[in-house]
Amino acid sequence: MSTKVANAAATDYEPVIGLEVHVELKTNSKMFCGCRNEFGAEPNSLVCPICLGFPGTLPVINRKAVEYLCKTGLALGCSIAAHSKFDRKNYFYPDMPKNYQISQYDMPLTTGGSVTLPSGKRVRLNRIHLEEDTGKNVHAGGRMAGAEYTLIDYNRAGVPLMEIVTEPDLSSPDEAEAYLVQLKAVLSALGVSDVKMHEGSLRCDANVSIRPAGSSALGTKAEVKNMNSFRSVVSALEYEIARQKASLAAGERIVQETRNWDEARKLTYSTRSKEQAHDYRYFPDPDLVPLSLEPATLERWRAELPELPLAKRGRFMESYGLSDYDATILSADIPTAVFFEAVVAASGEPKAAANWMLNDVPRALEKHGLTIESTRMKPGQLAELIKLVKSGTISGKAAKEICEAMVADGEDPQAVIAQRGLAQVSDEAAIAKLVDEALAANPDSIASYKAGKTKALEFVVGQVMKASRGKANVEIVRAALIKRLE
Amino acid sequence: MRGQYMRMAEVPIDIDHVAKLARIELTEEEAARFSSQFSRLFEFIDELAQLDVSAIPATAQVIPRINVLRADEVRPSIGTDAALENAPDREGPYFKTPRILE
Amino acid sequence: MRTGHEIREAIARKQTSALEVVEQALESAGRLETELHAYIRLLPERARIKAREIDAAVTRGDKLGPLAGVPIAVKDIFTVAGEIATAGSKILENFRSPYSATVVEKLERAGAVIIGKTNMDEFAMGSSCENSAFFPTRNPWDVTRVPGGSSGGSAATVGAGTVPIGLGTDTGGSIREPASFCNIVGVKPTYGRVSRFGMIAFASSLDQAGPMTADVRDAAQTLEVIAGFDEFDSTSVDVPVSDYTAALRDDLSGVRVGIVAEFEAEIGASDPALAALYKAAYADLERLGATLVEVHLPHARYGLATYYLIAPAECSSNLARYDGARYGRRVQNGGDVFEMFERTRAAGFGDEVKRRIILGTYALSAGYYDAYYVRAQKIRTLIKRDFDTSFAACDVIACPAVSCAPFELGQKMQDPVSMYLMDYFTIPMSLAGIPALSVPAGYVTGLPVGLQIVAPAFEEARMLGIAHAYEAATGHARRREPPLAGAAR
Repeated sequence: MSTKVANAAATDYEPVIGLEVHVELKTNSKMFCGCRNEFGAEPNSLVCPICLGFPGTLPVINRKAVEYLCKTGLALGCSIAAHSKFDRKNYFYPDMPKNYQISQYDMPLTTGGSVTLPSGKRVRLNRIHLEEDTGKNVHAGGRMAGAEYTLIDYNRAGVPLMEIVTEPDLSSPDEAEAYLVQLKAVLSALGVSDVKMHEGSLRCDANVSIRPAGSSALGTKAEVKNMNSFRSVVSALEYEIARQKASLAAGERIVQETRNWDEARKLTYSTRSKEQAHDYRYFPDPDLVPLSLEPATLERWRAELPELPLAKRGRFMESYGLSDYDATILSADIPTAVFFEAVVAASGEPKAAANWMLNDVPRALEKHGLTIESTRMKPGQLAELIKLVKSGTISGKAAKEICEAMVADGEDPQAVIAQRGLAQVSDEAAIAKLVDEALAANPDSIASYKAGKTKALEFVVGQVMKASRGKANVEIVRAALIKRLE
Repeated sequence: MRGQYMRMAEVPIDIDHVAKLARIELTEEEAARFSSQFSRLFEFIDELAQLDVSAIPATAQVIPRINVLRADEVRPSIGTDAALENAPDREGPYFKTPRILE
Repeated sequence: MRTGHEIREAIARKQTSALEVVEQALESAGRLETELHAYIRLLPERARIKAREIDAAVTRGDKLGPLAGVPIAVKDIFTVAGEIATAGSKILENFRSPYSATVVEKLERAGAVIIGKTNMDEFAMGSSCENSAFFPTRNPWDVTRVPGGSSGGSAATVGAGTVPIGLGTDTGGSIREPASFCNIVGVKPTYGRVSRFGMIAFASSLDQAGPMTADVRDAAQTLEVIAGFDEFDSTSVDVPVSDYTAALRDDLSGVRVGIVAEFEAEIGASDPALAALYKAAYADLERLGATLVEVHLPHARYGLATYYLIAPAECSSNLARYDGARYGRRVQNGGDVFEMFERTRAAGFGDEVKRRIILGTYALSAGYYDAYYVRAQKIRTLIKRDFDTSFAACDVIACPAVSCAPFELGQKMQDPVSMYLMDYFTIPMSLAGIPALSVPAGYVTGLPVGLQIVAPAFEEARMLGIAHAYEAATGHARRREPPLAGAAR
């Protein structure tokens, strides 16, 4: 009996996931020196004696990095520490110029707080702390293990890095993704980071364990690293959860270890790194003095916080009558939200604006390799297009064509209409003539209509539209036809 | 072998482990000599245990300063060639080291 | 002309030229080097260029800096742009710095002319200059003896009279002990008074740069030049810099001088001759108008152990960057990058440096951090409080700078703890972060000994003023010349 219960329980595990997200802050200069903070420069061109750890150099804290972290903390409801300090995390690695990383150990800048998901679930945060990024190793000959030697670029060394650590509150890979999407939206709204996972300005490690469903105990966790997109986070978590379940089902034990996600092979593998040999010997960095931010400074930063995605979503639903889904998408990306609101302001048509911004505009942007920031289309032009559709000047079909041209070239809708002859024909006499021609060509349909087959009416409407090459105003065509038939 | 020296010296330091953390290759002779020299120093260090310091705050720094911050302003970098001038080995614009085996 | 202020005056009055002074100093340095070994590297070309600039300024009638044309020697722990800085270590034997230390920039802006980089114990770890990876420096008063350390090269060259001003660093006594051994003035300023930027770190919470000079006036003038907040050093302090030369005085009326009961007991037991010399020095202070008061530093006896946990812990982290990847020496015999690190550091560091890195790594390691490092920081608090209490009863403290006169080379090299004990009287002030200096106080068996004067934080003006009165009244350094004296004298 008891075996049976145990077996039943063993088949029913739930995952417990916590995420550690590293975010590079979008400051002008690095964390502790004046070198430019920029992605993609020539190797070792953005370095100086300080970020190269040359003898005799000292770090000085970048005020903006502290501000960005605190603003993130304020936006997420974290407590900002009254007293904070920087510590040295000591370990040797060739991408780290000093062989210690300046980080925060026991007195991080913020503790607590949460990220609210669109579902309403609150994912609790443990802490956010500030540290410096490392350089980048290039393993000559491909993978690390087989490489003959290592090349190092220290441009990234010393870039301000914010580490956001959650509590183990996430219960599925999809929820982890929703958290990342929401976090990214908040950070992007705050303007504190580029949050580009493919450029490494947002990086995510996951702690994953499984436990019998309903249990409150935590299982042994594996730390999964090396995921380079939200999609790969989901895949890696799915794989890792399945792997742990299979291990337990096979009567094995989960070992605490670091596992790397292999994107090509779609699996996680143990790094077999000697984690147990790590002893970081944290101690307060004697080169820096403690932080104790003035309440007035924090209040000023709080007042400067922009509207956050969830608040914006609520406002979009309430003020513009958008659906939950539409409002979520339009509020998640700041440039999109700004563009959308400008179109609404210029057109007075929130629902039409939302439709364009959710469907034809992104389609055209993607087709032409543009973004809402890089397109030359102005919000006023899209508003004009909406008005032209509403007034009947152009057909819906023509409007789609005009929209794409606007996105691609930034032309005024009127100019596109004139160039391509897309103006809708609403002239009743001209339409009446087309209707007569269509009826003359399709005498059977008149009989069918009179016999009560309304389908026949639509067939003739189609014939008229075809003859007008789509430019006839369909409502006028239909009205003229009904009038003629009755 | 070194473990034996350690016991003889009666110093709590596991020299091999600590040398590994510090990334210094020590000879057996050095490890043994350091152990015995530490044992003399620990006669002094162990005296610190006599003091009751439970109510005493730690002094990490003697200067009472807080919030020393710099403005987020870019200063010129030194350039790739100056950065690599002292490099024991380089390849193009990169520093070059032996491979990393985990 | 043996002091910096005399040289500057002579240059300003066109009685001599900066170039002539520099040539003399270079000649003296070169001539004495075979016996003294004070310099890791002379910088004749750089010195001549700077000297000509000063002479041109004199000719133009420009306003001259406070150290215009004064030749100085800089400990090889400071970076000078375009020049090699070794910190006395093989691991940096070819490291050419792309930037200058803040203090070096300030000295050059004030008109000082750097003639060379002086020898030192490797990474400033030592009290005899014998831990230099290159060669030991000798004492100008007896070349079979050590000049003290770690700033031994600067002390020896100033003591020999080659230059009037040297730049040193003091972490636990590395300016004061060699100043005492070489019969010169050596000042360790308040922690944070002088920028550490460009000063190769040993123990960051203790390291301070300071002047080592022919007399107190030069020390005051040099400190005035190098002191002050530096935006590149977060631990430098924005307390205004006093006019130290204006604070120099000739009598001590109204000054309460604290005499440390525990120190007197210690030295009385260990070296009665030295104890007698210090008693005479205190009597001199009294004769100048000072009142002597007994003060207590009950936790100073724990200073050595406290220091030998804190300083090695910080050094183990500060010296981690010397790994052969970016600069400096590399030793590579196949293997991966970590083996390269381990071999580079094994070959590049000397015994004492390895010893302290191992000790400091241990003190910070898991399971021992609270028992050793945190406990040491708490005792540091107690030592600091002892000084606070004492300074309620006195204006300055006078005490021994050293526990013995200069010793023979090799005498303490086999026993690190006996070497560590050399800093017994200087370590507590370093832990407390307060200013202290050593000023010549006489001779024991013909060898020089310094008196230590200690003041509360940022009271360098008071400390220098009192030292000046003592120096003016006693003139110990003026009375005798070392056997190995430079031509500049």
